[in-house]
Amino acid sequence: MWVALGSIVMMFAGLTSAYVVKRNQSNWLEFDLPIVFWYSTAAILASSLSIYLAGQAFNAREMRRYRLLMSVTVVLGLVFTALQLVGFSHIGENGIKLIGTNSNPAASFLAVLTGVHILHVLGGVVALVIMYIRAYTAKQKTYSSISLEIVSTYWHFVDVLWIYLFIFFHVVQV
Amino acid sequence: MNNEGVIGTQTDVGHVHAAHHDHDGDHHHHHETFISKYIFSMDHKMIAKQFLITGMVWAIIGGLMSVLFRMQLGYPGESFPILETLLGKWAKGGTITPEAYYALVTTHGTVLVFFVLTAGLSGTFANFLIPLQIGARDMASPFMNMLSYWFFFAAGVVMLSSIFVETGPFSGGWTAYPPLSALGSASPGSKTGMDLWLISMALFVVSSLLGGLNYIATILNMRTKGMSMTRLPLTIWALFFTAILGVLSFPVLLSGFILLIFDRNFGTSFYLSDIFIQGVGALPNEGGSAILYQHLFWFLGHPEVYIIILPAMGIVSEVMSTNARKPIFGYMAMLGSLFAIAVLAFVVWAHHMFVSGLNPFLGSFFVLLTLLIAVPSAIKVFNWLTTLWRGNLRFTAGMLYSIGFVSMFISGGLTGIFLGNSALDIHLHDTYFIIAHFHIVMGVAGIFGMYAGIYHWFPKMFGRYLNNTLSYIHFWVTLAGAYLIFWPMHYEGLAGMPRRYYDYSNWESFKQFVGLNQFITIVAIIVFATQLLFLFNFFYSMYKGRKVTSQNPWGSNTLEWTTPINPGHGNWVGEIPEVHRWAYDYGKDGHDYISQTTPVGADESRH
Repeated sequence: MWVALGSIVMMFAGLTSAYVVKRNQSNWLEFDLPIVFWYSTAAILASSLSIYLAGQAFNAREMRRYRLLMSVTVVLGLVFTALQLVGFSHIGENGIKLIGTNSNPAASFLAVLTGVHILHVLGGVVALVIMYIRAYTAKQKTYSSISLEIVSTYWHFVDVLWIYLFIFFHVVQV
Repeated sequence: MNNEGVIGTQTDVGHVHAAHHDHDGDHHHHHETFISKYIFSMDHKMIAKQFLITGMVWAIIGGLMSVLFRMQLGYPGESFPILETLLGKWAKGGTITPEAYYALVTTHGTVLVFFVLTAGLSGTFANFLIPLQIGARDMASPFMNMLSYWFFFAAGVVMLSSIFVETGPFSGGWTAYPPLSALGSASPGSKTGMDLWLISMALFVVSSLLGGLNYIATILNMRTKGMSMTRLPLTIWALFFTAILGVLSFPVLLSGFILLIFDRNFGTSFYLSDIFIQGVGALPNEGGSAILYQHLFWFLGHPEVYIIILPAMGIVSEVMSTNARKPIFGYMAMLGSLFAIAVLAFVVWAHHMFVSGLNPFLGSFFVLLTLLIAVPSAIKVFNWLTTLWRGNLRFTAGMLYSIGFVSMFISGGLTGIFLGNSALDIHLHDTYFIIAHFHIVMGVAGIFGMYAGIYHWFPKMFGRYLNNTLSYIHFWVTLAGAYLIFWPMHYEGLAGMPRRYYDYSNWESFKQFVGLNQFITIVAIIVFATQLLFLFNFFYSMYKGRKVTSQNPWGSNTLEWTTPINPGHGNWVGEIPEVHRWAYDYGKDGHDYISQTTPVGADESRH
């Protein structure tokens, strides 16, 4: 799992270093990040908290609380995705094209980086949903927290990844 | 798991061993249908054979392509009716068209680098050797392992299908530099062919990531009792570093491809700027940089070279030590140099880009780092030679190929020192000197490592021997042929003959090489025919070869030779043996060899 995360890190490292290289070349368009990204950041941070609490609840065998917190996490993950897409449309409304003819690489990079991140979040959501269904349908009670730990590690990872991207966009923009 | 502490406390290990015999491990012989055994197999040995045979099919396709474009290079403009039969409209009148020539060169490169020397080499031997040599029943995740093969297979199918689309396969060189690769209107091959190329490569990246994660997890977690990391055979260490390189570098390639896909299909300008295409006009794309792709590509591309060569190095170390009946010279130095190569692999990528407009001051750092690679490489060569030195050599086919590998590695490595200098590179880049360098050091050396592995482990894979006479003919023709093909290319390159040209005959400076080019083409055809001889040997011996009658035909120390002659799924009948020593106790204290499972005697020191 950690090795797999390392490989995802390399992919984003590749993209962000490409971003840095490109930024120092000509024709770079400066623009402000939409405000919505702050809300989405709050959403994904909250989801990390809720999955952490879900793990606590699981270990304390409070299955009702566990299920509730898992569903909160799933919803927050979807809210995050939706907010990102809203952010994209805000950028579009400001007259900056993310992709297509006459788009600027500055905006396209934002689209690709956050887009790839969204895909990873959705992958996490799928894993969460599987965990969630399992929590409801499992015939026998399982006390092994390994799969929950893996999913939650991954979830924290995509969270941290977004924080990194968010800070990165802010730092290099200034 | 590292159980050194446990071993230290066990005084009567032989007794523990004897107690293991009442288990017969029947629960591993579960029922297998044809499909679950041969097709969607989860047995690492069967998956290894699938990788090997798929790799061989691709080697034949890729090799045949090189023969076809060599025909054009050796006999430009001449008509060979057979070419029209084979290629149809791509060789009207028996002469290969320029489009077809570039498509052949591109596909030859892609297929051999990725499908044969990456999947075919490390896919085969990592799957086959890791569980057998570390003492595990199977991989950490047999299912992921199966997926890895089927993603590779799908990548192959997509690549193969691109050959048959109307506008032809991609033809912009295996490195797929934009803008040629990004613009469908730039060349016929950049239309559907390029889309299929990208899909195929994306599937291949997924396959190698799944495989690599599995190899790392297996080596770290599933070693048998007593198999500490420093008792691992060097094959495993090499495959371990290979997997790490792959896991860290392939995602970067994928991000490069993602940007390329956006540029191709969604009108972005990551790599494109200020382009005018004849017949289309000026493009609106602005602000991109083609160099960016080169950085992303070569950040994979350079580690990729070591992904190819490290498994070959590991196989050679193992085969050479076994057949020299001597311990490998400098085990820890071998290990350290593998590590050094793996680290340096990530910091030298820009030496592929000295003339791309890279800052010359930056270039000088990359020169230094590139030349540093000569140090671990020289350590390895020295250790191989000292392993051979005063050894009791047995010239089996595997051993011959190992020695051939060292020869190729030296010849190709030395020209690497020329090319690593950014000043010399101004003259040598994109000439036949480069072609000669990387074919010898990566292509032929990688293939030699693969042959050494096949000849050495064929008895373990199929329970039969390959025919010796055919193996010797195969080796000597291939060795001589490889040098005869690529050695003259150094001269052509030093004279400035550029690579990737369709026809040199109407060029005053290079007319003198007409005879040499014909010679290279003839040798290439002979060498290709000899590989068919190997194929015959391989498939004939698989069914009709002499049967292996002893468990350990090479007298080897490693664990795979303690399994039954035809091991079932689960590898060992009964308990997995415990390991007490390193893998290289050959010719020690008057014993020809001492298996890793033999407990350390009272008069011996521990490794």
